Amino acid sequence: MQQDSDLRDSHTRDSDTLLRTLAGVARSAAHPPGPRTPCAACGAPSGAPGRGGPAAGVLADRPDGTVVRHGRAVAKAHAPGAGSPGHRARLAVAAHPLLTGILLPPLPVALDEVRGRPVSAWPYGVPVDPEDPAAAPWEEAAVLLARLHRTPLTSLGPLPPMRGPAKAALAVERMRAVGPHPAAAPVEAAWRRLPPWARGGTADPLPPAGRPALCHGDLHLGQLVRHPVPDGAWLLIDVDDLGAGDPAWDLARPAAWFAAGLLAPAVWERFLGAYRAAAGPAVPADGDPWPRLDVPARALTVQTAALAIAKSTAEGRELDEVESEVVAACARMAALPPHQGEHAPA
Amino acid sequence: MQCPKCHAPMHTYNRNGVQIEQCSGCRGIFLDYGELEALTRLESQWSQQAPPAPPAPPAPQAYPAAHAPAWGAPHHGHGHHSHHRGFGRMLFSS
Repeated sequence: MQQDSDLRDSHTRDSDTLLRTLAGVARSAAHPPGPRTPCAACGAPSGAPGRGGPAAGVLADRPDGTVVRHGRAVAKAHAPGAGSPGHRARLAVAAHPLLTGILLPPLPVALDEVRGRPVSAWPYGVPVDPEDPAAAPWEEAAVLLARLHRTPLTSLGPLPPMRGPAKAALAVERMRAVGPHPAAAPVEAAWRRLPPWARGGTADPLPPAGRPALCHGDLHLGQLVRHPVPDGAWLLIDVDDLGAGDPAWDLARPAAWFAAGLLAPAVWERFLGAYRAAAGPAVPADGDPWPRLDVPARALTVQTAALAIAKSTAEGRELDEVESEVVAACARMAALPPHQGEHAPA
Repeated sequence: MQCPKCHAPMHTYNRNGVQIEQCSGCRGIFLDYGELEALTRLESQWSQQAPPAPPAPPAPQAYPAAHAPAWGAPHHGHGHHSHHRGFGRMLFSS
């Protein structure tokens, strides 16, 4: 047990070092040289080093993303091993003038890696109020996605694939790793009926003959902020999963929530209508959008159910009512007759 | 009960006191003996009550529901109010 405790101490030390380093990166990014008002977090004038400590706040601390805020800037440590050409290409897209007003652009950083994790800095923006999802900017999110998807790929240079299907596959792996669970069978059955491209099994995350677009890759309501604070325009954040792929993937989470009976039809119609009005290319301009949405929405439903099983098992609890609805949607997919399942198990 | 057309399970629900079976696969609807008459009766009562009116704006979520996938939940528009808290969390997580 001594070894376990040593290991735990070393994890704690690593985590402290990471948070302190990120606080330093955020502090430098919040104090750019040039005439600006003093930093609201620590009172330091522009360009001054300032002090870290209590003014720095941890916004997220997960293995795939640690975010620390200092006043008007945040610093993010990305997933270990993300420091690939793909990661740099994704940051370059966020900084590209074509994406102004769509993606929050990064701030310069002096240090771009800490303990094997790439580091980036960003302006702080106001997130969506988690207590009030009905007031969430559904139309604004849809218009941002339509504009993102309409960005000409040829203007951006080589892009990595968007990571949506790869994330779905990782979620299923996480579910399997927690051991047997009574709800796992319908989730596995729904997963088997998806085509290989939606399970991360092909180089391009695209259906056969699909046209690639610039995709966010992990859209949810935590991926929108208002910048500048407090009432600037809404922008998309988090480019870790961004890349070329099927743009319908970015509509698929709201689509899956609607299909599972969780998102009110009126809210879904607002979101879809705003996307279509902004000439988003993922679905036809009118008529039934589901031929394009079906596979990605199934994949996101499986991903959500698999993560719910993994998380609830880790927390030693039963699935809650909402999570059970998502598993029930997987069961309905698995029960469809073969011609509606459309893809034989691979 | 299984759908006679595509053999997916059918879900029962109540519409104005009339039991209706809807297929979870093809979303087709099955009515028992007398149920169509009951619905027609309800409809005529409704039109007798209603004054001659200008053409109504399209009702939001007229039955059947908006485009939805074959595996969609059978209770669109009803289930989302009761569990806002858990759903609120889901809206914000990967």
